[in-house]
Amino acid sequence: MNGRLLAQLAAIFGSLSLISIGGANVLIPEIHRQVVETHAWLDSASFARLFAISQAAPGPNIMLASIIGWHVAGLSGLIVATVAILTPPAIIALIAGRGVRRWSESRSVRVLTAGLVPLALGLMLASGVVATRASGGGVAGYAITAGVGLAVFFTKRNPLVWMGLGMIAFLLLQVR
Amino acid sequence: MASTLTAPPTLRDLFLSFLKIGLMGFGGVAAVARHVIVVERAWLDDAEYGRLIGLCQALPGANTINAAVMLGDRYRGPAGAVACVVGIMAAPLAILVMAATAYDRVAGDPLARLALTGAAVSAAGLVLGTAAKLLVRAKPSPAAWACAAAALIAVAALRVPLPWTLACLAPLSLIGAAWSTRRL
Repeated sequence: MNGRLLAQLAAIFGSLSLISIGGANVLIPEIHRQVVETHAWLDSASFARLFAISQAAPGPNIMLASIIGWHVAGLSGLIVATVAILTPPAIIALIAGRGVRRWSESRSVRVLTAGLVPLALGLMLASGVVATRASGGGVAGYAITAGVGLAVFFTKRNPLVWMGLGMIAFLLLQVR
Repeated sequence: MASTLTAPPTLRDLFLSFLKIGLMGFGGVAAVARHVIVVERAWLDDAEYGRLIGLCQALPGANTINAAVMLGDRYRGPAGAVACVVGIMAAPLAILVMAATAYDRVAGDPLARLALTGAAVSAAGLVLGTAAKLLVRAKPSPAAWACAAAALIAVAALRVPLPWTLACLAPLSLIGAAWSTRRL
């Protein structure tokens, strides 16, 4: 297996994990930049398809790194990418979890949450925009993105239902 | 607090509970995680769980993985944290390998490509809808709204790299938050 490729995967996902405040969904534009634009491991549309699979599969969103690792370097790529994106935040969580038992109601935690959570959610919105642009679905694609977004926003149904309906609607619009 | 009344969960309990969370988390692990941790196992009550997830949201990494690390460590130290993380990742990774293998097989097929592009634009909508929902629910201060909007414009429209965006906006956002909590 290509050791250099695995080292690059580890470096990319390990460093991005440190700024994945609010989860991997804030990282989509940056992962796209790294794997599509900088390293050209895959094209934009393939990136979007792997993103779709990682969203439809059960489990946390960081599995976008896992499936890109798989695509780039097979099973060892999947393992390296997954461990790389998991480990740094896990160590931070371990330390923070121990600290917070002492100052759980403290003002610093409140400030951290009030300051960083809305920022992370703004970044997540940007991720959605970049993902739909990357998928190359054209006007129909933007319409489906908007429709699914509104449905998820206004209802409590399992979002996978809307994702399935969105996919069917997109196919119907394209295959006419 | 229920957890003080019963013996702390074993490594096996932790692993199996998080295995279940991972396995049932189609469409997002958050709801299942709350159900297993608060209702089934009664390790935390609703308020404690809310505080845990609140902290996890402000840290790097996936919220449920962070929660898994903190809960595992609380009961069984670092080994407990590992048991929880391996538990929550095991089934999803196995399913992902199957899905990726299936994808590799059909990747050249035009209809499969079209379907997955449809899934991708829908998944983008899912990310947008979820983020918008959480943003409204977080009841941000005007300053926090401004930071969220600035982040969206910087990354989506101007394509500013994420590290730069965070380096500029995180300090502003934290100063804003410190200011607004001071007046409470």
